Amino acid sequence: MISAAVMRGIGTLTRTRAAFTAPLAVRCYSHAKVETDEEFDSRWVTYFSKPDLDTWELRKGMNTLIGYDLVPEPKILDSALRACRRLNDLASAIRILEAVKDKSGPHKEIYPYVIQELRPTLQELGISTPEELGIHKV
Amino acid sequence: MMLATRVFRLVGNRTLSTSICLRGGHGVAKVEDYTLPAYFDRRESPLPDIKFVQQLSPEQKSLKEKEKGSWAALSKEEKIALYRISFKESFAEMDKGTGEWKSVVAGIFFFIGFTGLVVLWQRKYVYGDVPHTFDAEYKQKEVQRMLDMRINPVEGFSAKWDYENNAWKK
Repeated sequence: MISAAVMRGIGTLTRTRAAFTAPLAVRCYSHAKVETDEEFDSRWVTYFSKPDLDTWELRKGMNTLIGYDLVPEPKILDSALRACRRLNDLASAIRILEAVKDKSGPHKEIYPYVIQELRPTLQELGISTPEELGIHKV
Repeated sequence: MMLATRVFRLVGNRTLSTSICLRGGHGVAKVEDYTLPAYFDRRESPLPDIKFVQQLSPEQKSLKEKEKGSWAALSKEEKIALYRISFKESFAEMDKGTGEWKSVVAGIFFFIGFTGLVVLWQRKYVYGDVPHTFDAEYKQKEVQRMLDMRINPVEGFSAKWDYENNAWKK
């Protein structure tokens, strides 16, 4: 005596449509390509590396980058700081460091790590951190 | 784009400028302050549209010239001065609390206290006497009546009364 459920099961298996035999992992997600972290980073590094980047583009880039739900990688910040140097804008360079610290939120270990990674660049360009200037507190 | 530039060349730039001149220079509207880019200190937009200080003093101008050279040559004070030219408040300053909550809590307590005074005054001067049903003698008769009626004898009122000893149960 074969139960009705088993009969139904046999019935579906004989059909070869992909929808019935496809594994559970295939869902109806968008087929758009998801940008990897490396692609995101290199896109932004390239953006700030433009030799004739102007002040508007620097501001637009930084404000957009800070708008994302992430703390930018040191290599992106390095590119942005060098852009500040090309534009002779030390104040913006310091502001960018402040913004990174603010973006880290409760994760207090991110900012020291970023500064540590950027130390060679900061020394090369002569950028002082907000802490060195004393503007990190009121 | 190419077609548009060719049209411009045909029309000639002179016609565009002379048309405003013919109108006596009144063709251009006055630029209002609020239409120009403004300065904002915001966490989510770290680089504002304009620098904070627009008119630079001579010292600030020479500092800006010095900024074009090596930044390592700038002293700490000069770097801070450059920062203050471009920005009004640092992140630490813009994020600091105002202490407004203390005023709010103080106001809350004050008005609750004031309301208390109003209530006391009302009790004394506005409300009349309570009904006679609140008199102690009346209340005693009321309780006795309730016990006689066996109000809530299982778990409530009369259940707490010891009818044998004519007293409340211990």
